[in-house]
Amino acid sequence: MAEWETIKPENKALGWFEERLPILSLVHNVVGPGTPTPRNLNYWWNFGSLAGLMLVIQILSGVVLAMHYTPDTAVAFDSVERIVRDVNYGWLLRPMHANGASFFFIAVYIHILRGLYYGSYKAPREVLWMLGLVIFLLMMATAFMGYVLPWGQMSYWGATVITNLFSAIPFVGEDIRTLLWGGFSVDNPTLKRFFSLHFLLPFVIFGVVILHIWAKKVSDSGNPLGIEVKSGADQIPFHPYYTIKDAFGMGVFFLIFAYFIFFAPDALGHPDNYIPANSMVTPDSIVPEWYFLPFYAILRSITFDIGIPGTDITFISAKLLGVIAMFASILLLFALPWLDTSKVRSARFRPTYRWFFWFLVADLVLLTIVGGRKPEGIYPLLGLLGTAYYFAHFLVIMPILGFKEKTLPLPESIANPVVKAAE
Amino acid sequence: MSTKEQTIHGEDGATRRDMLHTTAAVTAGVGGILALWPFVDQMNPAADTLALATVEVDLSSIGEGEAIIVKWQGKPIFIRHRTATEIAEARAVTMDQLIDKETDEERIHAGHEQWLIMIGICTHLGCVPLGTKDGDEKGEYGGWFCPCHGSHYDTAGRIRKGPAPRNLDLPDYAFVSDTRIKIG
Repeated sequence: MAEWETIKPENKALGWFEERLPILSLVHNVVGPGTPTPRNLNYWWNFGSLAGLMLVIQILSGVVLAMHYTPDTAVAFDSVERIVRDVNYGWLLRPMHANGASFFFIAVYIHILRGLYYGSYKAPREVLWMLGLVIFLLMMATAFMGYVLPWGQMSYWGATVITNLFSAIPFVGEDIRTLLWGGFSVDNPTLKRFFSLHFLLPFVIFGVVILHIWAKKVSDSGNPLGIEVKSGADQIPFHPYYTIKDAFGMGVFFLIFAYFIFFAPDALGHPDNYIPANSMVTPDSIVPEWYFLPFYAILRSITFDIGIPGTDITFISAKLLGVIAMFASILLLFALPWLDTSKVRSARFRPTYRWFFWFLVADLVLLTIVGGRKPEGIYPLLGLLGTAYYFAHFLVIMPILGFKEKTLPLPESIANPVVKAAE
Repeated sequence: MSTKEQTIHGEDGATRRDMLHTTAAVTAGVGGILALWPFVDQMNPAADTLALATVEVDLSSIGEGEAIIVKWQGKPIFIRHRTATEIAEARAVTMDQLIDKETDEERIHAGHEQWLIMIGICTHLGCVPLGTKDGDEKGEYGGWFCPCHGSHYDTAGRIRKGPAPRNLDLPDYAFVSDTRIKIG
């Protein structure tokens, strides 16, 4: 952690305030001119601040949408349509919020994959990584409950399927499900509590984001070379160098985001969600939003019980095993700092890991495709293979690779190539 | 080679970089402010709310001496079919007796003297004055009486006594026919 610099503003009133609450010093030392940052961060390092920006956009647009939305099964669907048709700028605010969720996930997924590629989770950044995973889990819960609010067919049946997962828990599962529902199916009480929690959780996320940034301050940013900062020559101040780079990235990101808001507002959603919820009719196929598809594929891929072969004795039913696999697929990432046994952080110097990293990305793409298809034909098999590979990557390949892989020599310092070239 | 030597200075010492900084900051600033507008404007009345901005009322069922209350934009509208006596009473009042000086003629549509149409909200603190329903207290001047703080209105809805500063406000309305009005 870099030395903490105290700011002394020239303005007397500001100085008086700063002595009592050093908020300028906080900004100065965390994202300001007093924040030494590795000089070699590439554009993959933009996505942290982009995710933060998307959180702010989601909170702002969500708060104003909540001024018009009614969480009641009788009018929820109509109240959302009223927002789009009648409320001033509702046509802008609702697609901003709905597509904002997608773009929040895009930013976060790239941010996580960047961490996987460059070994950002390794010591001393384990807690930083785990706080990020907590944010990710909270985001998933928030996004799921938000998708229920428009009370269309996908909202209703998505909520039904996901809450039914909890019934797989032995002994208490059914009771937990009833508790979540507040009744005997997804209904008005469920909608109201989902709305309440959907409003609350983003502020919890905001709190964890502050911890995440704090942890980043303590352990400092990683960098594409994955080596420690050795001297001041390796660093540049966060402001203005990375504030301007982040701002540029935001501009580009916003262009794509704006394209979806203005020209394809429903491209990422499912058309069935424009049919009001009907508890008597299940849609042809229930598909979650794209950002949940890999996990949905993992859930569906398990279709066999675990028990003693040749008998009726079952230890774990297929349903429970699927649920366990889905949650485990994320929870095992908490153990990643210890599952990865390699001393080298960056995949740039790990020629074999680099291949496996891209295999993992391909596997996630495969699972995304499988999750969006009906489970028939080749897809169940592909899903099972994809799931198996996903777990093998983290539980088998990562630990072994750390011992076996012949890594490339690390550079002496971040500044070295630059300084040498200048000489 | 230092970057300083490459810096292009204008005649007044401003650099190309200053220009770019200012342009970028102004563009981002103006864009940011414009982007905030939808977040504010969404709080203004929505299209469906505005669509309810006018109501039509059929007057034919209101007998002489009777009055009704209709709702317009969420507010009560008093519609009173005044008797000849009430009109005469209102017109007999001289200006120096009034707090908010308005003639009866200014408060009705010419040719429809019997119809007094007002926003039924006391100009003091927004209560709805009594005097429309049968049996309501009508105040000392035979018009309306506000029970909240004791304002008395006459048969032209003018404030005569009490804390209210103005006569009862008038909505915009027009006679569609002799027995039908459109408010708003």
